Amino acid sequence: MTMERSVAIRFESVSFSYPAARVLEAASFHVHAGEFAALVGPNGAGKTTALRLILGLVRPESGRVTVLGRSPEEARNAIGYVPQHASYDPAFPISVSEVVRMGRLRSSTRRYGPEDGRAVERALALADVEALASRPYPALSGGQRRRVLVARALAAEPELLILDEPTANMDSESEGRLFETLGGLKGQATILIVTHDTGFVTSLTDAVFCVGEGGSGGRIVKHRAVPAAHAASVQYGGSALQVLHDTALPDNGCCSDDRVGHPERNAR
Amino acid sequence: MNGYIQALLDPTMPFVRNALAAGLLSAVLFGVLGAVVTVKRIAGLAGAIAHAVLGGIGLSLFLAAKGIAPGLPPIVGALVFAVIAAAVIGFVSLRAKQREDTVINAIWAIGMSVGVLFIAKTPGYADPMSYLFGNILLITRQDLWMVLGLDVLVVGLGLTFYNKFFAVCFDEEFADLRGVRVRFYYLLLLCLTALTVVLMVRVVGIIMVIAMLTLPAAVAGHFSRQLWQMMLLAVIGCMVFVTGGLGLSYHYNLPSGPVIILLGASAYLAVAIGRRFLRPQAG
Repeated sequence: MTMERSVAIRFESVSFSYPAARVLEAASFHVHAGEFAALVGPNGAGKTTALRLILGLVRPESGRVTVLGRSPEEARNAIGYVPQHASYDPAFPISVSEVVRMGRLRSSTRRYGPEDGRAVERALALADVEALASRPYPALSGGQRRRVLVARALAAEPELLILDEPTANMDSESEGRLFETLGGLKGQATILIVTHDTGFVTSLTDAVFCVGEGGSGGRIVKHRAVPAAHAASVQYGGSALQVLHDTALPDNGCCSDDRVGHPERNAR
Repeated sequence: MNGYIQALLDPTMPFVRNALAAGLLSAVLFGVLGAVVTVKRIAGLAGAIAHAVLGGIGLSLFLAAKGIAPGLPPIVGALVFAVIAAAVIGFVSLRAKQREDTVINAIWAIGMSVGVLFIAKTPGYADPMSYLFGNILLITRQDLWMVLGLDVLVVGLGLTFYNKFFAVCFDEEFADLRGVRVRFYYLLLLCLTALTVVLMVRVVGIIMVIAMLTLPAAVAGHFSRQLWQMMLLAVIGCMVFVTGGLGLSYHYNLPSGPVIILLGASAYLAVAIGRRFLRPQAG
């Protein structure tokens, strides 16, 4: 690990507020390319705002957000995004493969080509939803729909994959399959998981960032995480790490001491 | 029904053929746009635009009859009111989604009231019913060309931008993230709906426009797994309702508009009820 490692997401003194509340105040953090990062924080802390800044849906009042070395707007086509609440109409006539193919959409797309078809097949296989390809999307269970949305994000062959509360309302089987998929992707793309679970994260995690912690004043703080034998493994698709909230790693200290404490993290 | 077929072939009764041609041509328009309007859940919006159009028609008739704007055709007022209604609803929908319902219903009621008031104060006789239900039997050759032109426009744009419309209808936020200009396609959809409403209100009346935009697509939705299938089935369904409705209205000497609408409504109810009762047995 050296300072030269390329950075996938960088916040530099980013501030953002809504009319009624200040959400981020001079927040700085960065995620290296290829890392599996977790952005944690209680509800209303500013996780979604940070996500919207990364996706370029809102702009910071001050400071700078860089994604894959570009502005968030320019980086969008290289980002795969899995939303927490994907609104869907139960009466909408759409198959699973059509949902996944949407991940290949670009502003210049008129027709999908053979390469798009191959990318969709790869994404369906990666997310373990090949068997569902021809089924109507609204007929799936919540967990299956979430994995299809992961496939949609993967169809874009993203350099950065962002998942917002990926296991919310998911059964344990779907959760296990999802983390299996993410484990297989680790190292091929930068992965950022956003979750309100501030206590534990999956053992796939390389770096944990906490938003809106008491006393942090709208900053994003990097924490150390250590293996937690007592955490329920079904919730994290395997072993879990406990987030140590009493630790605060410096944003520029990642070259020497940012390991979250699990020896197997680079084994995949 | 033989009498209707004979009337279609009778060279002295071109209006019967024109009515059928108009019905079949407008089926393409109603089927394609109706499917999009239904899955995007903006049928209420189309209804509000249709009723706002009555306000424009009433104002045009009033201004023309009073000599303030002599010879002003009703379609001008209809177009102006439709564009204003679509713009207001589109703006509210994009900026304050939670107010959309209220605005749609307000425009619906205001348009209708303005229309009825102006028509009531217009010298001479103008029957609001003729604008509500239209009269498909009074269609001219010029009307047919106009509907054909709109068919070409809607089908052409639909084929060109199918994937974009599809993504915007299914998941606006995701389409936005993929670089699709969501607002542009949404407003394009509203404009096409407004244009269809304006031109077709003149041909078949307000109520039939709303009915044909919603009923065939709603029936088709029960049998479709993909949007293009829904569009195709809605076009076929619309053609069946129009042809059947015209035949029945000719045979029983009834006004054609309401017969076509009730035929579509019967099919919708039959399919909805049938599927509700059959689904548990099938499952």
